[in-house]
Amino acid sequence: MQQKVEFEQRVHKALSDSQLRQNFRSTMDGLMAKRSQAFPDKERLEKLRLQGAQIRANALLKLPELLEQLEERCTANGIRVHWAETVEQANQAVLKIMQDHNATNLIKGKSMVSEEMELNHFLEQHGIEVLESDLGEFIVQLAGEPPSHIVAPAIHKSRQDIARLFQEKFPDIPYSEDVETLTRSARDILRRKFYEASIGLSGVNFAVAETGTICLVENEGNGRMCTTIPDVHIAVTGIEKVVEKLSDIPPLMELLPRSATGQHITTYFNMITSPRKEGEKDGPREVHLVLLDNGRSSIYEDPELMESLRCIRCGACMNHCPVYARIGGHAYGTTIPGPIGSVIEPQKLGLDRFGVLPTASTLCGACGEACPVRIPLPKLLNRLRFEQVRDDPPDNTMGKGSQRSIRESLVWNLWSWANTHPALYRLGCLFLTRLRGLVPKQLGVWTRVRKAPAIAPKTLHELAREMGIEDE
Amino acid sequence: MKPDQQYPDKPLSVYFFGTCLIDLIYPQAGLAGMQLIQREGVKVIFPQDQTCCGQPAWNSGYREQARSVALAQLDCFPQDIPIVVPSASCAGMMRYQYPELFKDTPQLSRVKGFSNRVFELTEFLVHVLKVKLKDLGPPTRVALHASCSAQREMAVSEEHSNLLQQLDNVEILEQERKRECCGFGGTFAVKHAEISNAMVEDKAKSIADTGAEKLVSGDCGCLMNISGNLQHTGQGPEGQHIATFLWERTNATES
Repeated sequence: MQQKVEFEQRVHKALSDSQLRQNFRSTMDGLMAKRSQAFPDKERLEKLRLQGAQIRANALLKLPELLEQLEERCTANGIRVHWAETVEQANQAVLKIMQDHNATNLIKGKSMVSEEMELNHFLEQHGIEVLESDLGEFIVQLAGEPPSHIVAPAIHKSRQDIARLFQEKFPDIPYSEDVETLTRSARDILRRKFYEASIGLSGVNFAVAETGTICLVENEGNGRMCTTIPDVHIAVTGIEKVVEKLSDIPPLMELLPRSATGQHITTYFNMITSPRKEGEKDGPREVHLVLLDNGRSSIYEDPELMESLRCIRCGACMNHCPVYARIGGHAYGTTIPGPIGSVIEPQKLGLDRFGVLPTASTLCGACGEACPVRIPLPKLLNRLRFEQVRDDPPDNTMGKGSQRSIRESLVWNLWSWANTHPALYRLGCLFLTRLRGLVPKQLGVWTRVRKAPAIAPKTLHELAREMGIEDE
Repeated sequence: MKPDQQYPDKPLSVYFFGTCLIDLIYPQAGLAGMQLIQREGVKVIFPQDQTCCGQPAWNSGYREQARSVALAQLDCFPQDIPIVVPSASCAGMMRYQYPELFKDTPQLSRVKGFSNRVFELTEFLVHVLKVKLKDLGPPTRVALHASCSAQREMAVSEEHSNLLQQLDNVEILEQERKRECCGFGGTFAVKHAEISNAMVEDKAKSIADTGAEKLVSGDCGCLMNISGNLQHTGQGPEGQHIATFLWERTNATES
């Protein structure tokens, strides 16, 4: 139960921090409102979601073939493809490219896969300086923290937090709490670094198998800088990001920015299909694509859980999650927080380590309703709750069955026994109603903020009989 | 209602599934639900052997135990007549989750036959009985909390409002973040008490802030949660199940 204790400690810390709660609440409220405004026609939205789900489901259905096709097309276009089964292999692949170029610094665009790889930490251990160029990522890097949201990494920080952080890290820059001034300072610092870095790294939003194209969605232009200014561009992605055709992109792009930030289109949309060609004046001389598995192919083996691989990382599920809005991203303790994180991460890291996450949901359904590719998140959370307590695990992958306790299964067996023996159930209820005065007024955690519910003097079963309502 | 939901013609008789929470804590809500149906000239049958829909075990991952309890309920409702449930959460369990629970089992077709007969009370009153309510109560202002199951799984929050709007002297007050979960979530409230507590405090406050005289909901899980907090703080309105509220306001023999 160590994982539960640790989770509860993180939750407690987050809930006790009123500034943090305010930061998340106001941002999530804003993002939900913007998304809603971005989809004024609900019928159109539902059609689009269906289309988005079909595109992603189709891509997953053909995943092995599409990955081969992607490799073939990329290679033909001059993009070098690296396969990595594990995080270690992916990190080594990036390091090897760096070493091959005697590169000592790396400038990064936003990439959740690089977070999953803990790439910064790994490269720094090998003497390489890594700089995040996305503003939010830059802030959390300065603070030495992981991102707390997949789209807005520094959302847990207030303007004042960031002003103090800048003051501490860049004492030469005059103190300011003005967003424009802070952004300009970061921009000035980063701008110089872009020219110094010999290698740029980015994530991938979609990889198109048909054409061997890497698509990158961003707002700050730092993604374009990372992928065009340095001589070498390394893109890292999970293997599930592939789509079949170029024509799959427009519907997904109609969904992604609207779902994420309520934007109709992001400021930048980059499509990278090759390194600099002969006669071209700019662009990287080398482009590398690192394809990471890290547990995805085992998720892929289960037809139901596979649906979680449809995710396009828009963050709408966390924006709409009432639990996420209160505890924030760090409380989850995983790279990806929120509902989709609670589905994906325990599958990758093990239910024995993160089985608590699928239980940290009321199953209210707000996530599933917002998901642009219709991932049935509540259903998958329920499935993982089953997997972790089942007593007949078909295999021990993912820590199946690891959370089954004798005490809890005994409770459910008793519950089941009472509810399958009607006479016994009625007798039990009779006792409870007649002895209701003996029910304690304090019911543990429930009554910390609530009055205990009052048991009725007579059950509905009794009242129905007294009213002469027929039994069959 | 869901776009593809079909409703039968008004039947001669229906089954009533009271739910375990109503049975022990809010029996008046179950009684009111049955009375609302009877008043429309439909006979109500309340099988005495019914217990719980099985949702607590299903949502806790104990599927085998949930299946045993679900099968015991199936046995209680053999006739091919509608089963009316005064809770969107339990109705959702029986209509949409049972087929999931019995996926790949020999009982699936029998379960589906049962699930198709399940209706939440307010959708049944609106779409099948097509009730016309006459308000006999004094002017009042209420806050409506439609449960997550009512809004999403069963899509009956419109039906909740429809019934309240039929009452001439009842004004519905809008609360902030109306669609947000109250934080009950069954065993979640116990397993993750601190998060649940934070959620219910916010929900109860937004309801109290409306200045409503009553909190009305179609689900007793939410009511027990939100009212529990409202009673704890001593702020805000009294909670009532929508069936009790509708019955009290429209029944001529009650004062």
